[in-house]
Amino acid sequence: MNRTMLSRVANAIYWMSRYAERAENAARFVDVNLQLTLDRSVGLEPQWRPLIDVSGDLEAYEQRRDNFDRDTVLEFLTLDADNPNSILSSVAVARENARTVRETITAEMWEQINSLYHLMRRSTPADLDHLFFQRIKRSAMLFAAIADNSQSRGLAWSFGHLGRMIERADKTSRILDVKYYLLLPSAEDVGTNVDTIQWRALLHSTDALEMYRQQHGTIAPGRVAGFLMLDRAFPRSMAFCLDRAGRCLDDLATGDRRHATARLRRQHGRLQSELRYHTIDEIITGGLHEYIDSFQQRLNAIDDAVHDAFFRPINAEPTDAAGNPDAAPQLQA
Amino acid sequence: MACRGVVRSVGVPLFDYALPNAFDELIDERGRPRPSAQVLCRRIADLPREEFLRRQAAAERALFEAGITFNVYGQEQATERIIPFDVVPRIIEGAEWDRLEAGLVQRIRALNLFIEDVYHERRIFKAGVIPERFVELNQPTWAACRGVRPPGGVWCHISGIDLVRDRDGTFRVLEDNLRCPSGVSYVLESRRVLKQTFPRVFDELHVRSVDDYAERLLETLQSLTPNVIDRPRVVVMTPGIYNSAYFEHAYLAQQMGVPLVQGSDLIVDDGYVKMQTTSGLSRVDVIYRRIDDAFLDPRTFRPDSMLGVPGVMDVYRAGRVALANAPGTGIADNKVIYAFVPDMIRFYLDGQEPLIPNVPTYLCARDDDRQQVLDHLKELVVKPAHEAGGKGIVVGPHATDQQLAEVAEAIRNDPANWIAQPTLSLSTTPTICDGGLEPRHVDLRPYILMGADRTHVLPGGLTRVALRKGSLIVNSSQGGGTKDTWVVNGKSPGQSARSGGPP
Repeated sequence: MNRTMLSRVANAIYWMSRYAERAENAARFVDVNLQLTLDRSVGLEPQWRPLIDVSGDLEAYEQRRDNFDRDTVLEFLTLDADNPNSILSSVAVARENARTVRETITAEMWEQINSLYHLMRRSTPADLDHLFFQRIKRSAMLFAAIADNSQSRGLAWSFGHLGRMIERADKTSRILDVKYYLLLPSAEDVGTNVDTIQWRALLHSTDALEMYRQQHGTIAPGRVAGFLMLDRAFPRSMAFCLDRAGRCLDDLATGDRRHATARLRRQHGRLQSELRYHTIDEIITGGLHEYIDSFQQRLNAIDDAVHDAFFRPINAEPTDAAGNPDAAPQLQA
Repeated sequence: MACRGVVRSVGVPLFDYALPNAFDELIDERGRPRPSAQVLCRRIADLPREEFLRRQAAAERALFEAGITFNVYGQEQATERIIPFDVVPRIIEGAEWDRLEAGLVQRIRALNLFIEDVYHERRIFKAGVIPERFVELNQPTWAACRGVRPPGGVWCHISGIDLVRDRDGTFRVLEDNLRCPSGVSYVLESRRVLKQTFPRVFDELHVRSVDDYAERLLETLQSLTPNVIDRPRVVVMTPGIYNSAYFEHAYLAQQMGVPLVQGSDLIVDDGYVKMQTTSGLSRVDVIYRRIDDAFLDPRTFRPDSMLGVPGVMDVYRAGRVALANAPGTGIADNKVIYAFVPDMIRFYLDGQEPLIPNVPTYLCARDDDRQQVLDHLKELVVKPAHEAGGKGIVVGPHATDQQLAEVAEAIRNDPANWIAQPTLSLSTTPTICDGGLEPRHVDLRPYILMGADRTHVLPGGLTRVALRKGSLIVNSSQGGGTKDTWVVNGKSPGQSARSGGPP
């Protein structure tokens, strides 16, 4: 197996994979709200603003939009090319990264991300219904499946998988955070029928409903949060993603970059251990939103450490072939 | 008339194909398919027109979905397009191809010896075969290549030589491309697609296979390694994703299973070229660079180049990395030197006669030639000596008086920059136009690989077609398209065994 890979290529594969996962999660994210609108009979007014709050794009949104109705929010999150986190933008970035590494990924991967991109380019605001988001989700899942089933377990697969797991951990935490925002205006709904419907929609959006039922039976808020955060067997839980990211690091951490690699392992190991040994009751007592916030920051630090350990260029020795000591090229970090 | 009867019984209607006033690659002057084209023509004529057009559309879609595209500059919306592709292949008979192949090998050997000679002994000038003033020896790019000895004495490792066929069917060389000829990826991919378009025809004919090109290219590149090791590290170097040929760079790297690098991935360290990897710096032995000499090394050539690797030329001159093609091949790749290639063949190859003739060429730098050109501008094709891609060409018979006056002025001001050739009647081949088949002009670019110990010619090559009626300009930058090129009734052993049937 090839044990070395261009840093630029590894970087592109990592981000290709993150953005494909990001697009998939954005589709899930929007879909959970669309699902809720179907249950209006129970007296719940669907809210669209929390989706913007949680994505961290409120400022950018308010600069160009003046209301939070369904169509405006959907268009912003899905087809807005000026929103760098819209599904269209994410797919475009994933594809652009794929285009720079076509010689490394498989032809099937390229054709899949290319066809997803063309699907997004063809779409108009009139297309944005539940089935549309299902299609996007499936298409992105197919990309991940092709990546898993057409590539040897070498560096390219490991960097892609690492990116996917880090992105997914972040996005599952954000989908959970939406719940926190949704509950804010109506704390009296806690434990009511409305509340159960919302948690159910949340499970649905992470394809977790069946697995949750098999594990826990009835829907109880604490157990749902615990399942999505701490379950070691469910593939979209934060703990699962951290475990799998760790396995990728086992395969990747070789070579000359020992210091940066050690720092990465330390940061990752600490976060992984917390998810492994915390209980959901401790987390809720300390504040779910605060916990998720800190989790996201530490995940960002792991992402920085990945960059240092694998992608950052190494400077040359200060002499060249002709023995000139001057002008050693300083590659940008 | 007996002749007409023959046309009816043997001939194929081919959707009312109108015979051109030129040599046609598939149809003879009496309207019958040439022997090597009979199977194909019969198959096409058997297809309902709608089915035939459906296959054309399916082939275009297959190329687009595989992303066989080129980048178009300055158009933000659709920056990627496929080059127009026509499913009717151009066919070359096997024995004729064997003659061409020998001629191409002969020509590339002579050009390679010329380049080696120019940078060392300069025997050809001393012998008076080529006047030294016609070679731009003092241009800085070439000066940096003087005295360099690339591995095996090979300079032009990957070349494309453009051929045309004139009215009587004679193949002639139009142009030598010794720098970074592109297009071979279209040959390989359009073959893959055509096997799906005409599977039964492939079954019946022995079309010589092009499938081993990547293998031969890798062998050629590995044979250049200056470092004594088991598995030399070969890389393909691209200017980046915005280069119009980026698809091809990525494609060739993928087909060979080697890294595709950009300048920023490479660094000169400890006297070697190394690449930035996830586990540190790693040595590179052979660079197939698809970037011009001028951008290769900002310390030696253009200091403003952001695409190159500072110091790479020092490593190259020290013999620690191989570059393909070798820097400096461009000295033999212009329309003035072209005119002397037949003389080179006689000079370097013990008096051999050129197997493929040139197009007769007037050099305006010569007083006699210049007068001839100025007197007959309206009949000639005038070309700038140092441009590529069909730029600046004036076709006398189609030019306005004003254009002729302007080019005459340009020739008088800078005669050394101009050459002229008679207007050729390029051969045609049936091409899909408006739902039918019409004759369109074509040329042919075969690809030649020259390694340290063997030379390989890809059977066939890229057929470029001028899609506009009557146009002679086939360049993709000027509305040209491509076709697959079949070399059939494969007599060459080894090839036919591999060319088998469709998948």
